[in-house]
Amino acid sequence: MGLRGEAAILGYFELPPERKLTREKTFNLEQWARLSKAALDDAGLDASDVNGIVTPQIGEADMFVPSTITEYLGIDANFAEIVDLGGAGSAAAVWRAAAAVELGLCDAVLVTFPGTHDVPTHERRPFVMNDKMYFGASSNAYGSPQAEFEIPYGNLGQNGPYGQIAKRYGHEFGYDERAMAKIAVDQRTNACATPGAVFHGKPITIEDVLASPMVADPLHMLEIVMPCQGGAAVVIGSLELAKKSRNRPVWIKGFGERVPYKTPTYAKDLMYSPMVHAADQAFTMAGIDRKDVDMVSIYDCYSITVLMSLEDAGFAEKGKGMQFVNAHDLTFRGDFPMNTAGGQLSFGQAGIAGGMHHVIDGARQIMGRAGEAQVADCNRAFVTGNGGIMSEQTALIFQGE
Amino acid sequence: MSTTYTPPVLERPMPVPTPLTRPFWDALTEHKIRIQYSPSVGEYIFYPRPLAPGTLADDLEWREISGAGSLYTYTISTRPVAPHFANEGTLVLAVVQWDEGPKFSTELINVAAEDIQVGMRLKPVYCDYPEAGITMLRYEPES
Repeated sequence: MGLRGEAAILGYFELPPERKLTREKTFNLEQWARLSKAALDDAGLDASDVNGIVTPQIGEADMFVPSTITEYLGIDANFAEIVDLGGAGSAAAVWRAAAAVELGLCDAVLVTFPGTHDVPTHERRPFVMNDKMYFGASSNAYGSPQAEFEIPYGNLGQNGPYGQIAKRYGHEFGYDERAMAKIAVDQRTNACATPGAVFHGKPITIEDVLASPMVADPLHMLEIVMPCQGGAAVVIGSLELAKKSRNRPVWIKGFGERVPYKTPTYAKDLMYSPMVHAADQAFTMAGIDRKDVDMVSIYDCYSITVLMSLEDAGFAEKGKGMQFVNAHDLTFRGDFPMNTAGGQLSFGQAGIAGGMHHVIDGARQIMGRAGEAQVADCNRAFVTGNGGIMSEQTALIFQGE
Repeated sequence: MSTTYTPPVLERPMPVPTPLTRPFWDALTEHKIRIQYSPSVGEYIFYPRPLAPGTLADDLEWREISGAGSLYTYTISTRPVAPHFANEGTLVLAVVQWDEGPKFSTELINVAAEDIQVGMRLKPVYCDYPEAGITMLRYEPES
C-alpha cells in the first residue's frame, strides 16, 4: 500500500505573510493564477505541463470550484479536486496530487492555496459578514450538531477548544509552561533567520511569552497564531518533469491521514490525536525511521498542537513532550530542527495557506534554499497538517534524492 | 452615492431543536436528562443521532440519566468567543463527562476560577429560557 515515491515537489512559491494587507486586493481566483504561475516559474515548468489541480474552497464559488479554476487558468485537468480539511488541507492536497501523478493521471499538478481573504469589494457588492465569519470553523447551520450543542455554550472557534486540550493535558501529564513557551521562542529564532516572516527581526524570550495575555487558559497570546494575509503554491510533477525542473526534486515518499471527529468534545480520547495513525502510516509507507528525519515541520496553530504532534508522531514519548522540548534545541541550528522558517506562530498564518507553510518549509530545506536558516545536509523532512481542532490530521515524508 | 452601515444586533445563539433531537430538549424543560442508548453497542450516545455511531445499529432508545458527572476539561475565556457573546463576560467553557460515559459541552457556573479542578464532581443546573422555549444545561460543583 502506498506511494512509490515517484512524484516530487518541483517548485514552490510562498507570499510573505502580512498582518494587514499592503498589496493590491485581488480575488481568490486571481491569487490562484498568480501563485500558480510563480510556482511554475520556480520549478522551471510551463503551464502546458499542468494537467491537474487541487484546491481549497475559494471565495468566488460555493460549488464547482475545481472547474471554475481550470477554466480561469485555461488548463485541461485530468484530475481536479477540492480538499476540505482545514489546516490539514495543504498536506492532504500534496499526497492527493502525488497519487494522481503516480497513477499516471497527471504530469504535473498545481496545489495552490490563496491566503489573502481581504478581497475587492464594490458598493454594489459590499462585504457581508455571515455566520462563517462569525463562527469560524464552527457551523451554525440549523441541524448542525455544533449549532445545537456547542455554540450556545460558547464552545466555538479555536482558542477555547485548544485551551481545553491543553488543560486536560496538564491534568493527565503535568504542565511546564516554560517548555510550552520555549516552542514559541525557538520558532521565533527561526523566523529571525527567515526574511519575509512577519516577526523577522523580533526575537522573544520565555518571559515574553509568559507575560503575554492569557487568551484561553493555559494558552498565552504568543502561543497562538495570528491571522495574516498571504498565499502559497507548490507544483508536483512526475519523474520525467523532475528531470526538466531546475530544482532538486523533493520526493513524496509517504503519507498518512486520519479524520475521526470535528469537535474535541466527542474525541474518544482527546490526549491521543489522529496524528498517531497518520504518522505511523507515513513512516511505514516511506520505510524510514523517526531518527532518519533531518528536520520536521509541525503544524503549529498553538503551542499545544506542536507538543502533542511531537508525541503522537513518535518523536517524544507520550506525556514527556515537555521534557523533550526542554532537552532539544528546536532551532534550525539545533539538534532537532523544527519549523525552521518560524512556523505559523512566527512566520505567520495566511489563512487556509497556513498549512502550506509547513509543506514549503520542508521542501525549501531539502532543496537547500533556506538561506541563513538552512539545516546542513538536509535530505529528509517530516511535515504535518492539522485541521479542525486536532481533528483532521495529515503527515507527509519528503526525501531529496 | 453614500452608504450607511448599521452594525447588526447579535444575540447569543440559542439551541434550536430538530425533530430528531426534540426528546432531549423536551426532557430538559422538565428538568430531566434523557439521552440515547444503544443496547447492541452497550453504550450511551451523545449527541442524538438516527443510528448508533460506529455500528450504525438501528436500536437507539431514549433513557433518563441523572446528569451527574465529572469535569473532563475546561478553559476560562476572558474575551468574547464571538461578537454574539460580547456581553457575557468571562465564560468557563467546560466539557463534562457523564457517569454513563458520553461527554457534554457546557459551562461551569457558581464556581470561582481557583476552585476549578479537572476531575471534580459536578451536578446539573437547569437554566430555563421560556421565551426561547429552551432549557439549557449548565453545571456547578456537587457540594
